[in-house]
Amino acid sequence: MYTVVIGVIGADVHAVGNKIIDHVLKEHGFNVVNIGVLSSQEDFINAAIETDAKAILVSSLYGHGELDCKYMKENMVEAGLSHVKLYVGGNIVVGKQDFTEVEERFKKMGFDRVYPPGTNIEHAVGDIKEDLADA
Amino acid sequence: MSVHLLVDFGSTYTKLTAVDLKKEEIVGTSRAMTTVKTDVLEGFNLALEKLQNAHPEMGDIEAVSACSSAAGGLKMAAIGLVEELTAEAAKRACLGAGALVEHVYTHHLSKKEIKQLKQSNIDIVLLAGGTDGGNKECIIHNAKKLADANLGVPIIVAGNKDAADEIDDIFSAATIEYYIVDNVMPKLKKLCVEEAKKVIRKIFITKIIEAKGINKAEEKTGEIIMPTPESVLMAAELLAKGHEDVEGYGELMVIDIGGATTDVHTIGEGSPKRTEVILKGLEEPFAKRTVEGDLGMRYSANALVSLVSPYEFKKYYEYHEENNIEESAKKRQDNVDYLPDTDEERAFDRALARICTDYSISRHVGTVEVVYTPLGNMYYQTGKDLTDIKYVIGTGGVLINSPDPKQILKEVNKKSDKKLELRPSDPSFLIDEKYILAAMGLLGQKHPKLALKLMKRHLK
Repeated sequence: MYTVVIGVIGADVHAVGNKIIDHVLKEHGFNVVNIGVLSSQEDFINAAIETDAKAILVSSLYGHGELDCKYMKENMVEAGLSHVKLYVGGNIVVGKQDFTEVEERFKKMGFDRVYPPGTNIEHAVGDIKEDLADA
Repeated sequence: MSVHLLVDFGSTYTKLTAVDLKKEEIVGTSRAMTTVKTDVLEGFNLALEKLQNAHPEMGDIEAVSACSSAAGGLKMAAIGLVEELTAEAAKRACLGAGALVEHVYTHHLSKKEIKQLKQSNIDIVLLAGGTDGGNKECIIHNAKKLADANLGVPIIVAGNKDAADEIDDIFSAATIEYYIVDNVMPKLKKLCVEEAKKVIRKIFITKIIEAKGINKAEEKTGEIIMPTPESVLMAAELLAKGHEDVEGYGELMVIDIGGATTDVHTIGEGSPKRTEVILKGLEEPFAKRTVEGDLGMRYSANALVSLVSPYEFKKYYEYHEENNIEESAKKRQDNVDYLPDTDEERAFDRALARICTDYSISRHVGTVEVVYTPLGNMYYQTGKDLTDIKYVIGTGGVLINSPDPKQILKEVNKKSDKKLELRPSDPSFLIDEKYILAAMGLLGQKHPKLALKLMKRHLK
C-alpha cells in the first residue's frame, strides 16, 4: 500500500476537489494522508517525511498555484525527499494559458506530472500507480 | 480524627499539608528546607514537628501521599523526526508527565548530540519518530546510536510501530533498559501520549526516586507517586472537570512562578471559536503544560532580564527610582534565598514576576495569522485558543506572598501589542493562598471529591 500526501496549497480554500481526490485514492487502496486546505509547502514536506510518503499531490484552484509551488522541488530535495514523486493539478496558473506551456514550466520546476483543469481523477490514478511501481 | 498527610519534596522546601478526612478540612500546613544532600528525612521530620506543634489536636496520621521535584526534579530528553511533529509530540509527553525537557533532538542523532546527551544529567530518554507505517529509517538509526552510546538511563520508545520489533532487538542485544509504548503521533498531527506518560511515571517511581536518594523518605511516606508538576496538572484537571455531583470550574489556567522556572497549565479544548479559523499544527493535549526554563525569580533571574530591553523593563517596573537592572538580577541569582527588604526591591521582584507571567503566557497560548484568500479573510490558528478561559489561578511564592498578586496575574490578559496571541480576555483571578495545589493533586488520587471541595474553598 503506497502512502501519498494530498492537500490544497497556498491561501486556497477549495475543499470539494480535495475530498474527491481523497475518496478516489482510498478506493484504489492508497494510504491517503490528507493535510487539507490552506497548506504550505512546509506542511506537505513535513507530512511526507513523517509518513514516509511515496508521492505528494498538490491541488490548486484559485490561480496562484504557480507562485505557491515555486521552489517546492528544491525544498523537498533540501528535506531529503528527492525520491518522492511530485504531482500538481487544477487551475494552477493565472488566466487562460496554453496548457502545453504551463506543463513545460511546471516540469522545469521539478513536477513529475502536471494536470489541467477538468482532468479525470481516474486517469491520474493510473499514472500514479504506474510511476510508483517503477520507483 | 483521621488525617491524610500530603508531602511535596520541593527543590527548596519540603511542604506538608494535613487534611482531616472526617471533618473535610485542612488542619494545617508547614514547611522546612529540603535536605536531599544529607538525609531527606531530616527536613521532613522537621516540617512534621512544626506541623504537630502548631496543631497538637492533629492526632494520628492515617495515610501519607508524596510527590517530589527535589534534586533537580525529573529531567528528560525528547527525540523525534520533524521538529513540529514527532519531536513536539515527544516533548509534550514529557511535559505532561511533569518532566523538565533538557534536550529536544530532531532527525538523525549526530555524534555531537550523543556527546551532549552523555554529558547531561538526564534521567530518561523518550525516543519517537515517524507515524505508524511511516518513516522508520530515522528512529532505527537513532536507536542504534543510543545503543552504542549506552547512556545508562532508561529509554522509552514511542515511535513508528513498524520499527518496534527491530528496535526491540537492538536494545535487548545492547542490554539497555527500555520500554516500547504507543506511538506519540500514530497518525499525522494526532497526539497520543497517555501510555508514554504512564511509563514515565512508573520509571520515576521505581528508579529515579532511588537514584536521587529520595527513596529514604519512603520509609515514612510510602511510595512517592509522581513528580510535583504532574500533581499540579492533575489538581487543575480535577478542578476544571469536577467530580460526581460537585461541579468543576470549567476551562482554566494555572500559572506557577518559581525560582527556576515558570509553569503554565491549561485545561480546555482551546479549539477555534469561529468558522473562518483553520487549525494548524499538531493536536493540542486537553491538559497542557509548558515550562519556561529561562523565566524564574532567582535561578533564572539573569536569563530573564536579558530577554527584555531596559526600556521594556520599565513597563513592568512601577517604582520611580532608576535601578541597575543587571545588578539587581545578579544579586538574586547569586543568592537564591534572597528576600526583598525594601519597597524598591519588592517592586523589582514584582517586575520580574510580571515578566515571567507575560512571557510564559505568550509562549503557551495559541496564535492566529490572517490569510487573504479570494473568498475573504481566513485565519490560521496554531495552538490553543484560550480567549474564553474563565479562571486563572496563581501559585508560587512570589504570587502567594504578594500584597496584590492580581496585579501580576493581569499580565495574562489580552494585550493591544500582542493582538495575534489568543490570550484570556476577561478571566477571574484566584490565588493558591495556602499553597495546596500539588497536595490536592495527590489527595485527588484517593479522595477526588474532597480535594475538589477543598480547592473550591481555599483558592481565593
